[in-house]
Amino acid sequence: MEDMLFYDRMQFAFTITFHYLFPQLTMGLSLMIVYFKWKFLRSKLEKYNEAAKFWMKIFALNFAMGVVTGIPMEFQFGTNWAKFSELTGGIIGQTLAMEGMFSFFLESSFLGLFLFGEKLLGHKLHFVTGFLVFLGSWASGFLIIATHSWMQFPVGYEIMENGKFVLNNFSALFSNPWLWPSYLHNQLASVITSSFVVASIGAFYILNKKHSEFGQLFVKTGVVFGLISSVLVAFPTGDMVAKNVAKHQPVTFAAMEGIFETEQGGSEIVLIGQPNMLEKKLDNKIAVPNILSFLTYQDWDAEIKGLNEFDAKDYPTNVPGLYYSYHIMVGLGTIFIGLMLLATIQLYRKKLYKTKWILWSLLFMLPFPYIANTTGWYTSELGRQPWLVYNLMRTSAGASPTVSSGNTLFTLLGFIGLYLLLGLLFLMLAGKIINKGPHILKH
Amino acid sequence: MELFWYIVLVIMLAVYVILDGYDFGAGIIHLFFAKTEKDKKAITSAIGPFWDANEVWLIAAGGVLFFAFPTLYASSFSGFYLPLIMILWLLIFRAIGLELRGQVHNRIWEVIWDKAFGVASLLLALFFGVALGNVVRGVNLGMVENGVSTQEAHYFFLPLWNPTFSPQAEHLGIIDWFTLFLGVVSVVALTIHGANWIIFKTNSSINDRLKRVVFILNFVLLALVVVSLLIWHIIEPDPFQNFVQYPLMWLFPIITFVGLFGLFKVRTFKKHGMGFLFSSLFLLGGLASTVASIFPKLLPSTNTVNPSLTLYNVAAHEYGLSVGMNWFFIALVLVIFYMVVQYRVFKGKMDDVGYGEH
Repeated sequence: MEDMLFYDRMQFAFTITFHYLFPQLTMGLSLMIVYFKWKFLRSKLEKYNEAAKFWMKIFALNFAMGVVTGIPMEFQFGTNWAKFSELTGGIIGQTLAMEGMFSFFLESSFLGLFLFGEKLLGHKLHFVTGFLVFLGSWASGFLIIATHSWMQFPVGYEIMENGKFVLNNFSALFSNPWLWPSYLHNQLASVITSSFVVASIGAFYILNKKHSEFGQLFVKTGVVFGLISSVLVAFPTGDMVAKNVAKHQPVTFAAMEGIFETEQGGSEIVLIGQPNMLEKKLDNKIAVPNILSFLTYQDWDAEIKGLNEFDAKDYPTNVPGLYYSYHIMVGLGTIFIGLMLLATIQLYRKKLYKTKWILWSLLFMLPFPYIANTTGWYTSELGRQPWLVYNLMRTSAGASPTVSSGNTLFTLLGFIGLYLLLGLLFLMLAGKIINKGPHILKH
Repeated sequence: MELFWYIVLVIMLAVYVILDGYDFGAGIIHLFFAKTEKDKKAITSAIGPFWDANEVWLIAAGGVLFFAFPTLYASSFSGFYLPLIMILWLLIFRAIGLELRGQVHNRIWEVIWDKAFGVASLLLALFFGVALGNVVRGVNLGMVENGVSTQEAHYFFLPLWNPTFSPQAEHLGIIDWFTLFLGVVSVVALTIHGANWIIFKTNSSINDRLKRVVFILNFVLLALVVVSLLIWHIIEPDPFQNFVQYPLMWLFPIITFVGLFGLFKVRTFKKHGMGFLFSSLFLLGGLASTVASIFPKLLPSTNTVNPSLTLYNVAAHEYGLSVGMNWFFIALVLVIFYMVVQYRVFKGKMDDVGYGEH
């Protein structure tokens, strides 16, 4: 039984982690492509149109990967989490079905037009199709986060005698206090990914002394989008999300901040230290006193409950994993703000394209927003454990009762092999597109 | 209310079969009949801008199943675990075959992805037929052993096959001779359907050959349909019961046969879309007749201990179903609008769209 749950969890974690590498770029990049296309319509400068066309190639490849790895997600609720689906399907099925009807049709119908219809449609309509693809992908994110928010903070439901969750207030799903901060936080994080990708490829072109005109455009656009999104992702949205956790999931908050004991007179913020679950403390800790209390409650002395106040069976299942995920996300987020701020200053002083070390940093930053997005989601998902529906349904109660661990391991191995292939193909083809670069402009 | 969502679900599945069915069929034609690079290009161009949106019908139907009939969704998706995951893998292979082929100009690369696309299409057509066979044959709900349920009454699990490959064995498998037979019916029907789509949407040089293929395969299909009518009583002792009770249901078999017999005139159609119209009618009628014959059951039980899953005992709660109707109608209007735009922009012959070129 334990093995069964383990493989079910591993398979979902693996497939969703891999899947979300693609939509995070899709959502952010669609916004930036729409921006390039809009700049072209306004200025009639060919370089903006070519920039849009270049990124559309990456976008098309990335989108295809997102679609093929996304279909398994919807299936796995039923295949691996049948009990969860049976009991909560009347509620989370609403938002998931809406995602199919409202966003997937929109995206898929207009993606074909967007990618192949520039000549047929003319530039203005082509811009509209791009905008609709953007709208579809952001609507998709919204409905997924609405589903996610219900699992974190269930609203608008009642529980029947047979254990089924029944919806009794549809609009509550969308006024869920968990939803809007999480959604904005997540979308900004996805804009960070696209900004860093655009800036990184731009830096590559400048440093490589090839396509440097596009290199400058990409770096500039990436840095401006990157600074705005990096700041907003931390404040106010990240702050709001953290306050939700502190208020509604105090045990999760204690675990992710690494607070084992409740401290009198205000809690410190931990910068470094490894959770030691045997001795219930942090090893070689470096912390700053009272900051956490202030950040959370705007009061230097506010009390924050430590893990010692809670029953061990309600601890997040993987406290160290949760703690590291959260700290990696926050640490990277801080670095993002710092780098983008320096880059923006250099841009303002018109020295950015000659500041080699910033360009190299931008180039090597490419994987890190992906890591930050992934660890951010791990913070959220590991933080919800051991619950599927917070405080109401445990993860162990949600798995499919008849699917044996041998069958789940079989499919997990299959997914690992297949996704390894997909990942290699993606890198190879994206590398090819990037190396070829945008069309050279005629002057 | 349950009935409304049941009809919605069946219609969405039928739309999916008709739309993605031509994609699979085109893949099968691509595998067996496309010789020249030009033919291959015409075929992929004919489905290129559409296949992704067509596949969304599967996801959307899955979503509606999830929210309107959560118990059925949970029971069948976990019970048919292995074939469903394999369908996912095939869908992935098929999609990347189609999307990645044009990205690198190299013979080996092209051969690999052509085959991936074609073989995955063929297997998907087979699997979907097998899936339909499993649903009408029914499963051992509650996994009853010696008259006692070993699981909750609506859960089950099927391995890929049992040693006897018999649909009447005590321990059933996904693949037995009956479900495999329906798989073959599905492959033949979708090959015809895909050929009709290619004839409709391209000026390819293989179109004349495809008309002959459709004509010959249609005899095979007719024979298969007749055989299936003869063996149907093995899995459903009284298959016409519903048709006697609700005579309006005779409409479905009539539609099926109109489609089937209409296709014999494929070589003389003036309009290129006529063949596609008739094969769509066949698929629509065939699916509707099958579903109607087991109505109101959605997944029959093969034991006497646990009741079959019907649209009444697996539905979600009333409030959710009625509130869902509001957003569903809005979404439906939008979806129809998108489809009209899409098919208007890409109207006519598609040979020169140049799909997959970068």
